Amino acid sequence: MAGITVEDLSTVYPNGVRAVDSLDLEIADGELFALLGPSGCGKTTLLRTIAGLEAATGGAVAIGERDVTRLQPGDRRVAMVFQDYALFPHMTVSENIAYPLRVRGVAKAVQQETAVRTAGGLSLGELLDRRPGQLSGGQQQRAALARAVAASAEVLLLDEPLSNLDARLRLEARTFLKKLQRELALTTVFVTHDQAEALALADRIAVMDAGRIRQLGTPREVFQRPADTFVANFIGSTPMNLVPRGAEIIGVRPEYLSPAREGLFNGVVSIVENLGVTSLVTLDCGEDQIGYVVPEDEEPAVGAVVTVDAPDTRVLRYDKETGLLVR
Amino acid sequence: MDSSGLGVRRAVGFVAPALVLIGVFLVFPALWTLYIGITDYQLTGPAAADPQVVGADNLVEAVRDPLFTNSVWLTALFVLFSAVIGQNVLGFGLAWSLRSVSPWLRRTAEGLVLLSWILPSTVVAFLWFAVLSRDTGTLGLLLGSPQTSWLVEYPMTSLIIFNVWRGTAFSMLLYTSALAAVPPSQVETARLVGASGWQTVRDVVFPHIRGHVLTNTLLISLWTANDFTPFLLTSGGPNHRSEVLPVLIYRQALEGGQLGYASAMSMLLLVGNLVVALVYLRLLRRRA
Repeated sequence: MAGITVEDLSTVYPNGVRAVDSLDLEIADGELFALLGPSGCGKTTLLRTIAGLEAATGGAVAIGERDVTRLQPGDRRVAMVFQDYALFPHMTVSENIAYPLRVRGVAKAVQQETAVRTAGGLSLGELLDRRPGQLSGGQQQRAALARAVAASAEVLLLDEPLSNLDARLRLEARTFLKKLQRELALTTVFVTHDQAEALALADRIAVMDAGRIRQLGTPREVFQRPADTFVANFIGSTPMNLVPRGAEIIGVRPEYLSPAREGLFNGVVSIVENLGVTSLVTLDCGEDQIGYVVPEDEEPAVGAVVTVDAPDTRVLRYDKETGLLVR
Repeated sequence: MDSSGLGVRRAVGFVAPALVLIGVFLVFPALWTLYIGITDYQLTGPAAADPQVVGADNLVEAVRDPLFTNSVWLTALFVLFSAVIGQNVLGFGLAWSLRSVSPWLRRTAEGLVLLSWILPSTVVAFLWFAVLSRDTGTLGLLLGSPQTSWLVEYPMTSLIIFNVWRGTAFSMLLYTSALAAVPPSQVETARLVGASGWQTVRDVVFPHIRGHVLTNTLLISLWTANDFTPFLLTSGGPNHRSEVLPVLIYRQALEGGQLGYASAMSMLLLVGNLVVALVYLRLLRRRA
């Protein structure tokens, strides 16, 4: 068991792209940590640099007390599950799970025993003799997880673990993943572009952009108090209202706004979108469009004039120049 | 039946020229070879004017002929060492190691290897004379021992190295595209669990490209078995020491004038090729 320390890490590709740019990060032992950001932000490169699949151009990576920056991937004691699961199609589930042991020359009987035990823990017991091609997407993912667990690594790295599953299965797999991580208490880093996934799974989130960390915090911190307008825009299933007011930008989540006699914004209802239990109402307020969320059956009529307000603690102010949170 | 609306007669008219060409230059010579293979047909003399059918005598004679068995043995060595092992292993090795180098280095290396493949055989043969000749050969000068006549003293070894040099480009190209189809994440998974290069190739890469390996081995085996370029380098000599089957057949037919006997030997070469092809195809099918 071990945490991960990343110090002043840079990864530059041969074409000159600085995918990871002088980045510092500390991930605690046993933590479930999310690297979140839009595509091209460097999150996958950071994960691959921790794994050793990309060489660091500068800085250092340590796992536990060991500096692994110059170590080969196989010597770092990390296990990784790829987005496509990377199961070997010509091996059975059992052979796939036991592969890390086979490489190390562990006795056949021990390989078999480990495969059975690990597969049992991930409800794959019935599928040991199947080939990956005969498994469903969720089963393939569990087989890949089982192989990673069987490697008895100190750190588990997951690249977009849920993105290849269909929407329904994704929720199920998300819960499963969190439960598994709690049971194993294994330091786990996963990469995702889906903010809902990061909020739901992670103990802490690093929101990344252009090879740097924009904000590091718990899901609650990142959701309630985004450190800058980029994070504010990126986090939340309905985008945050960001309205310029003088030298500042006012930020309020649609979920925190509700109709009031007088308040922050006043406008004409232009669109009502049904979100299930709630609806997203869009107000035309001169140049700005303001979204706010109402419970079902309380939607205003299109064309109605509405004033909305939010509790003072939910209203964020950003500097217009730097985009950073002022208060 | 007549989907183009052309009418059978006109359709036949369009196809006829091609059929005539194929018939004259492919089917007829093949059948003709089969026929003269069972006669005592010769280039000159009474047997040229009035060949007699001798049945399987030519085949029996070939199997008993030490020159023929020598040639079969040399051809087997030639195919095994220059194609199955040499071109295969070197081609794969090049494709595998050029995966991760910078693009310009890869393109340069591939271009150089391809060059040896696309040059005409006669040009290449002269180049190799220049390299291997006894008094002024480049190799002799490089090694500081200019008195070795490589093609005379080591004829088969020279031919094998020549053919590896000549044919590796094809294997390299085929394996390069085959390797591109191996999912990188699977290779990286092997790296992450600490698999060595050899373990990665054996456990992860080879199962993906098994079909390519068999197809490639089949093609280069057949091409090498039928290759006539050795004649340009050693003409089968000295004293039959590099007389692979195509060279023996040529010399029997045109130098010895034994057209019937040479045809019978080509038939045996054809049968040999077929057997090899069937073995490979069976192996390929077992995969599916």
